[in-house]
Amino acid sequence: MSVVLKVENICKSFGEKKVHQGITFNLHEGEILSLFGGSGSGKSLLLRSIIGLEKPDSGHIYFEDKDIPTLSEEALLDIRKKIGFVFQNGALFDSLTVAGNLAYPLKEHTKDSPQHIQEKINIMLDLVDMRNAADLLPNELSGGMQKRAGLARALMLEPKIILFDEPTAGLDPTNTRRLLDNILRLKETRHITGIFVTHDIPSALAIADSIAILYEGKIAIRDTVANIQASTDPLVGAFLNPEKTK
Amino acid sequence: MNKKSPLQIVGGMGILVAQVFREARKPPYYFGLICEQIWSIGVGSLPLVLITALATGSVMALQFGYGVAKFGGKLYVPKVVALTILREMGPVFTSLLVAGRIGSGITSEVASMKISQQLDAMRALGTSPTRRIVTTRIIAALISVPLLTLFSDYVGLLGAMLVCKNELGIHTSFFIAKCIETIRISDFLAGMAKTVVFAFFIALTACWRGLETAGGTEGVGRSTTWTVVTTSIFIMISDFFLTKFLIMTGFQV
Ligand SMILES: Nc1ncnc2c1ncn2[C@@H]1O[C@H](COP(=O)(O)OP(=O)(O)O)[C@@H](O)[C@H]1O
Ligand SMILES: [Mg+2]
Repeated sequence: MSVVLKVENICKSFGEKKVHQGITFNLHEGEILSLFGGSGSGKSLLLRSIIGLEKPDSGHIYFEDKDIPTLSEEALLDIRKKIGFVFQNGALFDSLTVAGNLAYPLKEHTKDSPQHIQEKINIMLDLVDMRNAADLLPNELSGGMQKRAGLARALMLEPKIILFDEPTAGLDPTNTRRLLDNILRLKETRHITGIFVTHDIPSALAIADSIAILYEGKIAIRDTVANIQASTDPLVGAFLNPEKTK
Repeated sequence: MNKKSPLQIVGGMGILVAQVFREARKPPYYFGLICEQIWSIGVGSLPLVLITALATGSVMALQFGYGVAKFGGKLYVPKVVALTILREMGPVFTSLLVAGRIGSGITSEVASMKISQQLDAMRALGTSPTRRIVTTRIIAALISVPLLTLFSDYVGLLGAMLVCKNELGIHTSFFIAKCIETIRISDFLAGMAKTVVFAFFIALTACWRGLETAGGTEGVGRSTTWTVVTTSIFIMISDFFLTKFLIMTGFQV
């Protein structure tokens, strides 16, 4: 499997506070990597660095032979069309309807006709079970629907990589299940590649191919789901069964 | 946002301006969004601006008329009022009103988008918030505020004229003749030139502060207040220096 994203030794501090202290890993085509880490360990920061919303102090992030931290904001615009980002709360544009939100990336970056855009929106809305919510505004949606709409919007340009920032956080079990089903369906039908940041272990185990644990500013462990589940490493134990190890 | 020194504020705005110009070299230009903004800044502010202009024009004529009547200077009222409105009152009052109504609106809108990560989402989808939000609002302000001032000048003069006729017994034709005799195109342009500077500053400051906002809903409120205070003070202080500059360069005598 070819490597689509190569993160090399990135470091980032805010003032005295060292958040990333040499993060290194590769992401392979067709792989869904689940990233665990305590609150404030820098998971969101890592995803934001990958699409160039934050610049690391040092290190490299290679995507399509380009080193993302060295790119200008203008050059980044192109890269970002190829990397989808699903924000924690959807981050939908609140002045646009759900359909308007989904149309946004296509209107900006393609010359598709309005009918063609509408078709693509319908297909995507079916994928996330939101066909009847097309004309609602974000503030008329439940939290779960906002997140699913955010997921749908991130997929509109058919990105090579999708970054999920805690997509199931704050969702009840039913909505979590629904979102995971959506992602699994995408995995089967579109073979998406992505990084899935979460606190939610069962969700991660359900959809990931491999797992990485971010600990003290580094990727402490990275292995397949099967190996992680069989692991006796105390750090793995602390994440997988937090109540047992304390 | 953390407390910033004046130097950091000026620096931050300078960087934003540089970015606006750099990005302006290439499309997309978002004409639709510019029109939307002109509608909200210009047309939306029109009633407020016109009422204020009518009131200030009338009151000025009234005060001045009764004030100088004692010295027999009533006939100078049209001349003085017309010059004051075109050079100072129209541009400055209009800009102050826009700073209050639009400056606060822009800041709170942009700040809300910032804290709800909509700006990040915009960037993550390969589009530029500078282009979509900052540039469109600056251009819309540069077009709207001078036009608003134009209306404000007219309505202010109209108010003064009505008061002169009804309260001071100065005939309308005399008022108009005096205005035409006194006002030169340079007086009008001097006022307009000021509004261009004010408009640019209001839109830029409001956007910048919105983009810098952090700290939840409370942060949005703080930013909004800051914008109104800062832009109002800037308008008053820079008005003095702009006037001085215009006089020194011989543009306005
Ligand atoms: N823009 C920023 N300014 C200052 N500190 C930041 C900034 N972004 C993130 N941090 C700090 O970096 C750490 C990691 O943040 P984050 O990536 O959001 O954590 P999480 O793993 O919970 O997603 C946090 O302690 C946070 O305080
Ligand atoms: Mg986070």
